[in-house]
Amino acid sequence: MSAITLPAFDRRLVPLSGTLLLFFAMVAFGALAYDGFLAPQVFLNLAIDNAFLLIAAIGMTFVILTGGIDLSVGSVLALTTMAAAALIEHAQMSPLLVIPLLLAGGAVFGALQGFLIHRYRLQPFIVTLAGMFVARGLCYLIDTESIPVRDPLFVSLAEMRIPLGQSSLSSGAAIAIVTVAAALWLAHATRFGRTVYAIGGNARSAALMGLPVGGTLVGVYALSGFCAALAGITMTVYMLSGYSLHAVGLELDAIAAVVIGGTLLTGGVGYVTGTVVGVLILGIIQTLVIFDGTLSSWWTRIVVGILLFLFCVAQRLIEGRAQKMKNERRPPA
Amino acid sequence: MSAGARRVLTLPLFWPCVTLALLIVLNATVNPGFLALEWRDGHLYGNLIDILNRAAPLALVATGMTLVIAARGLDISVGAVVAIAAATAALCVSATSSLGAAIVAALAVALACGLWNGLLVVAVGMQPIIATLILMVAGRGIAQLITGGQIITIYYPPYDYLGNGFLLGLPFAAVLALAVIVALHALLTVTPLGLFIRAIGINPLAARIAGVRARPITLALYGFCGLAAGIAGLIISSNVKSADANNAGTLLELDAILAVTLGGTALTGGRFSLAGTAIGALIIQTLTSTIYSLGVPPEVNLVFKAALIFVVMLLQSAEFRASIRQFAMRPADLTEVSKAAGPSA
Repeated sequence: MSAITLPAFDRRLVPLSGTLLLFFAMVAFGALAYDGFLAPQVFLNLAIDNAFLLIAAIGMTFVILTGGIDLSVGSVLALTTMAAAALIEHAQMSPLLVIPLLLAGGAVFGALQGFLIHRYRLQPFIVTLAGMFVARGLCYLIDTESIPVRDPLFVSLAEMRIPLGQSSLSSGAAIAIVTVAAALWLAHATRFGRTVYAIGGNARSAALMGLPVGGTLVGVYALSGFCAALAGITMTVYMLSGYSLHAVGLELDAIAAVVIGGTLLTGGVGYVTGTVVGVLILGIIQTLVIFDGTLSSWWTRIVVGILLFLFCVAQRLIEGRAQKMKNERRPPA
Repeated sequence: MSAGARRVLTLPLFWPCVTLALLIVLNATVNPGFLALEWRDGHLYGNLIDILNRAAPLALVATGMTLVIAARGLDISVGAVVAIAAATAALCVSATSSLGAAIVAALAVALACGLWNGLLVVAVGMQPIIATLILMVAGRGIAQLITGGQIITIYYPPYDYLGNGFLLGLPFAAVLALAVIVALHALLTVTPLGLFIRAIGINPLAARIAGVRARPITLALYGFCGLAAGIAGLIISSNVKSADANNAGTLLELDAILAVTLGGTALTGGRFSLAGTAIGALIIQTLTSTIYSLGVPPEVNLVFKAALIFVVMLLQSAEFRASIRQFAMRPADLTEVSKAAGPSA
């Protein structure tokens, strides 16, 4: 009976199931502890208030799936809000021109980082760290003060509410949901997505199989830059301003969401769905802190840190078990 | 090029020193009073002294970071540890009015933070960047928990000495940083510890097989890195007479990594230079002063630092050097090279 060594449940789904369980446990706790916690609008607000984090975290998921990391997303996001505000309010450019321009700009910024990482074998961590400095510095060069956005298109987008029964969604949340759908398609139904998983599994094998490793790596960082810029546009709509200090430390939240979502930091294993749940968990922690009313906001950071710790330890255990199973299955020499 | 000149060019500290000298010359030409030193109120006074004083916390943090990076690690939580140590010291000073108690408590907490990072790396086996990311995320929350979300102002004159005092006419912080670096250098050269760290950095597995006790050493290095960040936290909080959980040591981890890189330490581990790191910290602080004195908006500093990182990073990349060599050589040279390489390959 050789089949009994194979678990009936796909092992790759273990981290994701853990994340989902955690999410439902937190919701159940909230529902028991606080009145009105289960109102649909509470959950829709999770999507509304975390739309930009979700979009940025999706780009980050692809980067981490290749075994890399992108620390520049928060700064690129801030730079996008700044550039959008400056171009529209100061340079009087049409938002219909500015938005595609900035999205392309984010993609090019990411692609340049990807090029340096791939071509010169630099560490993703250092390259994107420098990219973070560049983007944040450019923000300050545009203006150190906040620039309010009064453009009619942005204002109407900000005021737009998509009714869902008695509750509603914002335009930013709608953009985030569309991004998630596109990312699911990209990760699971395209050649690009398969190559991303293959690179994360083993970059050298992927190259030996003839997969376009270089192009895909550049593409992954371009995608992350694009997502950061899209998140920036979403934040400009949400805040109706451009500011150099928007989204400070957002890259950490995005990484935390990806890790809590069950994506292995070594690459190759993980799901876009997991990241969505990861972002929802970060949002639920904040909602719980707000509902409690007596807890201070810094507890959010501490709880996120604790969750990161638990998930990283769990990841190590899973990796260790997988390694052991591999060794046991190996035929005796 | 003579053999002597070539030897000077390949000295590990040559380029960091040249960069620092160029920056100082640039400052001296723009601002003729830059190099002036005065003896005032029983201590030296001038721009250079100011740079020394301000570079001290960064030099300390970067020294700890150098050793961690040399052993193939990384610690991105140092900024958060600075905030935690500053908060602990501020709380302790206001509670006990004792300088000694504050220093001991802050350093103990900082050491514990460093050892926690080390345990995650050594015992749990996490990637260093992720292990320290946890404390980086949670650390500022912990610091705010200690200060109760307030900026604690420190009204205790003896505490001022750490960040603003003078010893032998020089800023106490700079003397302290120098003492730590010299003592560490002595420790690493007199004992085989320096060799062990290099061995771990070059090949951890080989080092372990050769009998180097890699795990306790790595743990100790993270502990030291936390301790160094703790000392920096004391100096920074003393300098501004307050502990700000949100803003103490922000982006310090990035500056420290930059100082380490500028000093010629390989980010891939193995090769390190404590003197280089100290010069790297001075370069960063001089650059900051230069930007202020040139009248450029200080925010541009970030872009300059990024440009520096890119240049140093590319110069360290073997692939980049190879493509530059290819670009610099004429095609005729290349064919000769390939002919020469042909038979052996």
